[in-house]
Amino acid sequence: MSMTALRSFRDPILVAVSLVVLWQVLHHIAGDVAVTAPAPTLAHLWEMIGQARFVPHLRETGLAFLQALAIACGGGILLGVVLGGHKLTGEVAEPILVGLYSLPKITLYPVILLMFGLGMPAKVAFGALHGIIPVVLFTMNAVRNVNRTYLRTGRVLRLTPAQTAWHILIPATLPEIFSGLRIGFSLTLLGTMLGELFASQRGLGFLLMTAIDLNDVKTILAIAVLISAFAVICNAVLLAIDKHLHRGAAPEITGK
Amino acid sequence: MIAEARLAAVDAPGSVGASHKIHARLDGVTRVYPPRAGHGEVHALGPISFELRAGEFFSVVGPSGCGKSTLLDVLAGLAVPSAGTVEFEGKRVLGEVPDGVGVVFQEDASFPWLTVEDNVAFGLRRSGVDPAEIKRRVDFAIGFMALGDFRRAYPSQLSGGMRQRVCIARTLVLQPRLILLDEPFGALDQQTRLLMGDELLRLWRETSATVLLITHALDEANLLSDRIGVMSARPGRFIDIVETGWPRERDSRLAEGPDFGAVTARLWSFLRAESLRAMGQGSKQGSAPR
Repeated sequence: MSMTALRSFRDPILVAVSLVVLWQVLHHIAGDVAVTAPAPTLAHLWEMIGQARFVPHLRETGLAFLQALAIACGGGILLGVVLGGHKLTGEVAEPILVGLYSLPKITLYPVILLMFGLGMPAKVAFGALHGIIPVVLFTMNAVRNVNRTYLRTGRVLRLTPAQTAWHILIPATLPEIFSGLRIGFSLTLLGTMLGELFASQRGLGFLLMTAIDLNDVKTILAIAVLISAFAVICNAVLLAIDKHLHRGAAPEITGK
Repeated sequence: MIAEARLAAVDAPGSVGASHKIHARLDGVTRVYPPRAGHGEVHALGPISFELRAGEFFSVVGPSGCGKSTLLDVLAGLAVPSAGTVEFEGKRVLGEVPDGVGVVFQEDASFPWLTVEDNVAFGLRRSGVDPAEIKRRVDFAIGFMALGDFRRAYPSQLSGGMRQRVCIARTLVLQPRLILLDEPFGALDQQTRLLMGDELLRLWRETSATVLLITHALDEANLLSDRIGVMSARPGRFIDIVETGWPRERDSRLAEGPDFGAVTARLWSFLRAESLRAMGQGSKQGSAPR
């Protein structure tokens, strides 16, 4: 294995080890009542995953998250392209979207529950509501800020509108859109989990709330570790893709 | 490829005689921008009439905002004239870039998501050229522009001058018979500009294409051109067309000669008053919209 490859693994491993050490220290300070030790917690998580009654909860959360993500990404990109492509509409919509982005969306959850009822649709709607706005904003800006010289170059090269869209517009906007998708991913996961925490009868959020009610610290931490690991791994993959797409912004390597 | 391009340039339709074959023609062309928020109607260009001779190197100089780039856009088919006609090789140019015309812009137009090689091959791949022919032309253009060591690099890894060479190579592979250059070296330092000018002269000699260069640098226009059109302040018109009389085999060392300064002085004598007029206009109205 090359030194570069070793270095790329070194930092995440160091962070993971540091977190486990910190967790162990917290356990020593606070005791089992507040923070269970890493080893028994991870063993408990392994045991939970093996149980048949755990799988429906995992599936429920996974399905809710995937549906919310599909709506946030698909709807966000579509809306972003429309708003970015039409100057006036974009200018009107932008402050509204920014306002919605900064709004604590949990305040809207009662309205969502009234609209969609208690269950999967409410969780999906709440997750999508969290994720869609950054996707719209990033896509809108990506479309709006496409370098006009690229489009003029397309005309000089006598490209058809379809060729211009496929070979210039999409690659030119993709890096910024993907950055929006990365943030949208994290916020959709947050929204879906919040939806499950506050009003749900199934899912990891529901299990977490039940564990809180029963003061089952080991289960609370086990679920927290599971969700965190999922988020961290997905984010690492998305970040790697994001970096690859932004490779055009690499530093200069030569003179003249 | 060079031989093909040379033949294409010499045999261009629209030729009017053995001595000065006409490659492109503007006849009474004006460009007026309609009123926009906060701005009234802007008469940016013309009426302007002139003929580009096949195989010549023609430069356009003029004060800021005089419509130089608008002239290039109209000639390239990127903008439609408000009045008058534009012809390339005897055919009307009507809001579409004609086959055989290549444009290099002032701004960096290299695609950051493609390597140097893919950037250069971009136009050829979209026009359905045979892969073996694409490779042959791309290899030649990359070698010609001295980019061989950077063919797998991305534009962000290159300097401004090298990125501009990528854009020139992308134009070159399409074997244009008319090359339009809109201040392509505007963002480069003086030494790099001189070297790029030499490369441009070499390219022009090798391909025999007709070249129209927009520039604000009088020395650059003087050094590179067979003829130089001096434009007035907005609305831009040619107030003088200077024949330099330089030999075809020339490079930046031409600037050391005694006649060089005389041509630059003549250009400046026309341009000084126009630049002062343009500054007066600019302080009153702002520049023309693009």
